[in-house]
This record gives sequence, structure tokens and C-alpha cells, in this order.
Amino acid sequence: MNLPPVDRRQFLTRGAAWTAAVTLAPGVLLYDMARARPAGEPASSAVRWGMLVDVSQCDSGCDACVQACNREQALGTPTRPTDPQWMRKVQLEQNATGRKVSLPMMCQHCAQPPCVDVCPTGASFKRADGIVLVDKHRCIGCRYCMMACPYKARSFVHAPVEDHSGATPRGQGTVESCTLCVHRVDQGEQPACVQACAKEGRQALLFGDLNDPQSEISQRMRALNAISLRPDLNLDPGVSYAGL
Amino acid sequence: MTWLGLQRYVLMLLWGMAFPLWAAVTVPNLDVGQGGHCVDDPRFMRSNHMKLLLHQRDQTMRQGIRGGKYSLAGCVDCHASKINHSVLGSNHNFCQGCHVYAAVKIDCFECHSSSPRQPAMGTAATTGQKGEVNAGPLSGNGNHFTGLTSREGSP
Repeated sequence: MNLPPVDRRQFLTRGAAWTAAVTLAPGVLLYDMARARPAGEPASSAVRWGMLVDVSQCDSGCDACVQACNREQALGTPTRPTDPQWMRKVQLEQNATGRKVSLPMMCQHCAQPPCVDVCPTGASFKRADGIVLVDKHRCIGCRYCMMACPYKARSFVHAPVEDHSGATPRGQGTVESCTLCVHRVDQGEQPACVQACAKEGRQALLFGDLNDPQSEISQRMRALNAISLRPDLNLDPGVSYAGL
Repeated sequence: MTWLGLQRYVLMLLWGMAFPLWAAVTVPNLDVGQGGHCVDDPRFMRSNHMKLLLHQRDQTMRQGIRGGKYSLAGCVDCHASKINHSVLGSNHNFCQGCHVYAAVKIDCFECHSSSPRQPAMGTAATTGQKGEVNAGPLSGNGNHFTGLTSREGSP
């Protein structure tokens, strides 16, 4: 093996740097996305935004992420089954063992989104960076996408919207779902739910770039053996779950 | 045509020129809110804002291009009335007033907010000087619309 000659001092310096990187990586939140895209620049397919839900860190009594989502988008508190719901907590119980888990469910931002396939007007679309959105200017409210989504992630706005203080414009007669807080992501910030989870002192939600194998989310997905929900459908969701 | 007939015809023509039909239409007296320097020439904006907004809307929504010059929220930030903090509400409010005058249905605000994002935000607040637009030859009595009336010479 022909390695370039490395003197003792160089070897020690490099060794120290590697040790530091390895010890830092698992524990500390190293934001690889803490920079906003410059104004005037379109979203790029070089990144693919995704989220990791670490179910082992998620408490069944906590719904800080859902509350944060409702606040951010001015959804109010849903009281009827038809009220819009972008994010919800789901409790699962395994019959055989009685093991209970709690996890947040929202749009999974699939790479092959069925909602986009079925949309007759092109309102449902996937942005270059993998975020699946509804262009409400084009949405006719047919709700095919709601039927096509295996995760039941989308809601229809039945009533006129009175409160326009939310981050995303919302209107009667259109379908909507989690935008992965695209308005924040474009500013280089974390989605509201991720921020709320961290504020509660948990690390159940992690947001980042799935295209970068060195990003924290990619590393933790590998370390925790994260899976996607309904992998049999081959939708390649951007949201994955660990500890299920 | 007799001489009398021609005389009557010419008189009617002159009468029509002196008092055209549109002179009877009440031009809206718009509350421009904070006002200041618009992102472009007000005359150009008056006739093209819909195309500019549509173009930028698609770019922002579908491509994620942020920070464009022609944003609806930007219009609202500068032009919301200081009385009800909205561009809608009465026929003096900036968007509603003009759209009622032009008989064009405005449906932006079924989804978008008609109130400013934050008080004293927007282009005019940061770069413009208050009331400078009104000093131009296009405008007269302190709103965008008076520019139109003076140019078209209403009585």
C-alpha cells in the first residue's frame, strides 16, 4: 500500500480532528441547513428535505408538535372530524405484547406521491427539494388526492376561513396538508413541530437533508435503522420512523 | 341634411365632448394607507399589477423563489388603511375601492390576509419617504387614483 508520507505531527492533528467529529456527531445537533436560500433562487433538487421521527423519544401525553402546527398555520383546535388537521398524534398498541407507542402522523412527502399522480389540475405537486404541496390557486377541491393518500394526510377546508393569520394562505374549497413549514425552510429555519419538540426537551423529531449522507438526519436514520411507513407501496416517503 | 339639422348635430357633438359620459362616474377616493414609493411606477402598477402578481405567485409557489419585488403581502403592508388595518372593508379601502370601481371581482383575500403582516413593514416603510408619490405629476390630492382623474381631465 502506497500512502503519502505523513509526519508524526500531521498524524496526531488529523487523528484529533477525527476523534472530535466522531464524538460530536451523535449527541450534538449539527445543523447542516442553518442557512437560508438566497432570495431569487429556486428550490434545488440537490437537497431533499425529510424528517425522522424517533418514536422512542415521543411521549403519548405530549402533543406539542400538533399544537405548534395548529398555531403556526392558524388551524384552530379541531373539534369535528371534518376540521382540517395537518398533523395528529396516533397511539399504536401491539396486540401480542401490549406494547404501546405514540407517534405524530402527517404528510410523508413521498418521492413518488400518489396525490400528485391523481391530481387532475396539477395543483398537487412536488417541489424540486422534495416537499409535496398543494397549489391552492389551481385546486378545484375534487379531493382525489385525499382518496389516493395511503396516510390520510390531507384535509379539505369545508368552511370559509376567518383567521388568515397563519403562515400559509388557506381557503374554503381547497385541499391542504403539511407543507413541512416550507416558509420556514426557505428562510433556513426548522419546521414549527421540530422546534416545539426540541423546546419540550425531546428529540423525537429531526429535520434535514436526506440527499447528504453526512447530514445528521441521514446518520441518525442509519444508526437507528429508521423505516418508512407502508414500505410495500414503494412511495419512498421523506418522513421515516425509528423505534417502532 | 338641412342647415338646421346640421346645426343641431354639431351642437350635440360639442355638448357630448364637453360633458362626456364618464365624467358622471364617481372616481373612488382611495385610502392608500401608508403609501410611499411603490415598487414600480404607479401608472404601470395600476394596469399591470395583476400580471406581475400572477407571475410571481407561480414562481414562489411552485419553484420556491422568495423575496420577489411584486408580492401581494407587500401591497397589503403598504396600502392597508390605517383606520381598519385592511385593504378591504369599504369602497375607500385600497383594493376594494378600485376593484368595485372597475367591476372586477377580487378573490385573493379568500385565502390571503387583507391585513399587514406586521405594522410598519414593507418596501415603502424601509426605503420610501412618506407621501413622495403624491408629489408627482401623476397624482393630485393624495392618492393613487387622483393621478388617473387629473390625467384624464375629469371636471
